Amino acid sequence: MNHEANFEQTVLGVAGIVIEELKLEDVTPETFDPDLDMIDEVGVDSMDLATVALVLQDEYGVRIDEEDYPKLKTIRMIAEYILENSPVKT
Amino acid sequence: MKTVSSLLDFHWYQRYQNISKLNIRSSIYDVTNQCNLRCKGCFFFSSGEDKAAREETDPEKWAAFVDSEKQRGVNLAILIGGEPTLCLDRVAAFYSRMPTYCATNGLIKVPRDRFADMMVGISLWGDEDDEKRLRGKDTFRISSKNYEGDPYTYYLYTITPNQVGRTEHIIKKIRDVGLKVHMQLLSNDEGVDGFYWRDGELADLRAEMDEMLDAYPDTVISSKYYHQVITTGKMLDRTFGWAECPSVTEPMDTRNPQPRRLIRFIRRASDLETMHRCCTSATRDCSTCKDGAAHMSWIMVNKRAHMRSTEDLQNWIEVYEMFAKLYQFIPW
Repeated sequence: MNHEANFEQTVLGVAGIVIEELKLEDVTPETFDPDLDMIDEVGVDSMDLATVALVLQDEYGVRIDEEDYPKLKTIRMIAEYILENSPVKT
Repeated sequence: MKTVSSLLDFHWYQRYQNISKLNIRSSIYDVTNQCNLRCKGCFFFSSGEDKAAREETDPEKWAAFVDSEKQRGVNLAILIGGEPTLCLDRVAAFYSRMPTYCATNGLIKVPRDRFADMMVGISLWGDEDDEKRLRGKDTFRISSKNYEGDPYTYYLYTITPNQVGRTEHIIKKIRDVGLKVHMQLLSNDEGVDGFYWRDGELADLRAEMDEMLDAYPDTVISSKYYHQVITTGKMLDRTFGWAECPSVTEPMDTRNPQPRRLIRFIRRASDLETMHRCCTSATRDCSTCKDGAAHMSWIMVNKRAHMRSTEDLQNWIEVYEMFAKLYQFIPW
């Protein structure tokens, strides 16, 4: 899989996890705006982020340090973080 | 999907943004087992917490402990006791390292040359008669002289059933000495006669608290939604109690399922090791607990549950702002 396709796949995967874990309604991975600010718009807090981070770790094998949470403002930024820190490089 | 900006107008959205990234991580510390008062209804003594641990007296150990708490991610130290001002070196260990709030009965003045902007909350249990009956003396007479006009001090007014219909007198006295006030409710842990909440009183009190907020907005730091939640024990469609409380010490929290809770929260005894179950006494019945901080936190950790309507989210913002003001994460 080329980098762009892999990135899009990761964005959809992260969106799916966020929707599932935060029980967000009226949105799908495909319709979730990857640039929507998670705190300022979705209303997540650090407990939500910790919950999501645990599932992302299981799914992608990437541990997200708590001090990195402020950097992960959007689905796109989380996907980039995962790909940059993934043990499996594509 | 409902988003924050779809629920709020520009003004409210700005207010939301001012608090949304504060990420407050508090823990509570018993600074000492000693107190210069013995109040009827104080959970610390009525539940025997004053004997739960032997005080650590080495200042260096306190300093190292606070450093380790900072490492653990705590960014707000809430100091209670006993009476913290009896051990100012321990208070200084916190204040020199992180934002610190000191609960006190106000009989000893925190020296502002050492603790310039430390938040101080003075406990007050009613008017002169109630104070004498429950605490043995009229503390307001002393504390108001000690702290008159202090910009980093407020009264934490614990309203008892005896105070219903009589709170304005207290609010005015506090206003007149240039201080702020935040209201909470007595849980009557010691079952003091005449201080039980009777049917209808809490509804009357809620209306009265609302009136005080409307009449003295520059003095009363509060929100009507907080009044509603603390007097009814209800938030949205949920009821406060053990299964919902956010202020349970994290390593002792074995609840399953886990409710939304304060991350990293621990209430630590003055030996710096022993942990207490929650922000108040473990002997208290959670279903009747009226702890103000626990109810505030209950609202605060449930932000997304309040995204069901504009009114709910505005209520959440007002409570978060109230908390942030009380600990000076934002100005009055």
